[in-house]
Amino acid sequence: MTLAQGVQLVTLALLAAMMLGSALAVVLLDNIVYSAFLLGGVFISMAGMYILLNAGFVAAAQVLVYVGAVNVLILFGIMLVNKRQALQPIARAWLGQLVTGGVCAGLFALLTLSVVNTSWDISSDTPVGEGAIAEIGKHFFSDYLLPFELASVLLLIALIGAIVLARREFIPDVSPGEPESDTLQLPERPRELVSTADLRES
Amino acid sequence: MNPGIDLQGSFIEILTDLGLPQGAAQALWLPFPMVLILIGATVSIFVTVWLERKISAAAQQRIGPEYVGPLGTLQAAADGIKLLFKEDITPAKADPILFTLGPAIVVIPVFLSYLIVPFGQHMVITDIGIGIFLWIALSSIAPIGLLMAGYSSNNKYSLLGGLRAAAQSISYEIPMALAVLAIVLMSNSLSTIDIVNQQSGYGILGWNIWRQPAGFLIFWIAALAECERLPFDLPEAEEELVAGYQTEYTGMKFGLFYVGSYVNLVLSALIVSILYLGGWEFPVSVTWIASLLRVSEDTAWLQVITAAIGIMMTLFKAYALVFTAILLRWTVPRVRIDQLLDFGWKFLLPVSLVNLLLTAALKLTFPVAFGG
Repeated sequence: MTLAQGVQLVTLALLAAMMLGSALAVVLLDNIVYSAFLLGGVFISMAGMYILLNAGFVAAAQVLVYVGAVNVLILFGIMLVNKRQALQPIARAWLGQLVTGGVCAGLFALLTLSVVNTSWDISSDTPVGEGAIAEIGKHFFSDYLLPFELASVLLLIALIGAIVLARREFIPDVSPGEPESDTLQLPERPRELVSTADLRES
Repeated sequence: MNPGIDLQGSFIEILTDLGLPQGAAQALWLPFPMVLILIGATVSIFVTVWLERKISAAAQQRIGPEYVGPLGTLQAAADGIKLLFKEDITPAKADPILFTLGPAIVVIPVFLSYLIVPFGQHMVITDIGIGIFLWIALSSIAPIGLLMAGYSSNNKYSLLGGLRAAAQSISYEIPMALAVLAIVLMSNSLSTIDIVNQQSGYGILGWNIWRQPAGFLIFWIAALAECERLPFDLPEAEEELVAGYQTEYTGMKFGLFYVGSYVNLVLSALIVSILYLGGWEFPVSVTWIASLLRVSEDTAWLQVITAAIGIMMTLFKAYALVFTAILLRWTVPRVRIDQLLDFGWKFLLPVSLVNLLLTAALKLTFPVAFGG
């Protein structure tokens, strides 16, 4: 066994342990902030796996998209809400946990069975490595054009949706006398009045 | 193209001549460039801190540090030793694990990014194909560390600072990536070595700054915002947030943030000089001078000189950019958070998109000048 193979084996073991450990911790920990940070650990170790498979571009994209964007947004959401109270103990919670555990174990068994039973069509070509970016580009504009464009349209829809949601000042084109119709207005929580003293008395 | 000096090749050759097997020689070589770059990055902190103090002093008509070492050059070392001996306090209600992990997650990606900074044809830790994309990916990890630090401090100013840092970082990442994309479009490669080689041959006239002036400005502004330098140091705005996410940190944990910010500044300057200012290229093409003096490009002494000039030029360009960053700090007032986000999303993003489209159009029309 050469040095490179040894390093690869040790790295694979470390990454697998890291990925499984942090993935289990994401599910099992009570603290939602820990779970969110550990999700980043899962993504990072997945990127490490891609590097081991000679797919550097996919690894970097994984870090950029999942760690840099998705995980940061999840953390943002959690921290803006920032509720630091323990969950109310639910009566007979163990029953739900038991059922969930059973379902998860069943799914795991099913997946293991299908992984073992599928005859994987493993290509014997040498990996392209550095040239992968050019290959990916060629595929995007030839046989994978439709999925690529569909994904772009989906992102565009999400972008426009986000802009519409963020824009609260909607000016309906009704003349001053007419009553405004509710259908054209975005749902918005009514502003709370500043003077709370009157409310408290009533 | 000038092959330059292949240090790795010569090193392994010497060791194999001494009777070591090939594999062992390669394994011995591996840590060398990494340690060298780590030391270089650490020394760059001292240089940058000293420059910052001296230039700030000059901008405010003071003298600045002058007692510690000649011209006060050892002031940063004194500060570092002081930070080492400070008590390491973790606030009582802070989350100790996240509080400790935060600074580490901010610093590690910055040092990792030095992997792709070339100082010459073969003077780079590794010339990986994804090159500059790796830097963009790694720099997107830092906001997680900042959020972690801000959240775990259990302090509203820290949390606000962390949230601001993350928002700023993800907003300015997009124009920066688009500016890099325009460069990549012209170089046909993500590798930093290829990007510099594409600019070489015509001296200062071949540098990307002439072909990508808008891209250069966008990238430099976005890089300053990513480094949280004034006028974009909103996450640690003293008047509003005490010190942002750093408020509760003491001792070496604070030192790590400090180190991270300065290493990141130097790294950004290095990347700008590689992408837009021709990297290790001398303003007058060395190949041209050599042909004028009728010296063969393969001459050993010429190659040594070229390599030395290459390292000096890269550092000189980077520090010239650091100088402008420091001058900007003392001449431009801080923007407001809404102005910052407006500027990023409503100005830089559309401009960088237009820049990208223009580059693509120019590349199709003038393939000679724009690397078709």
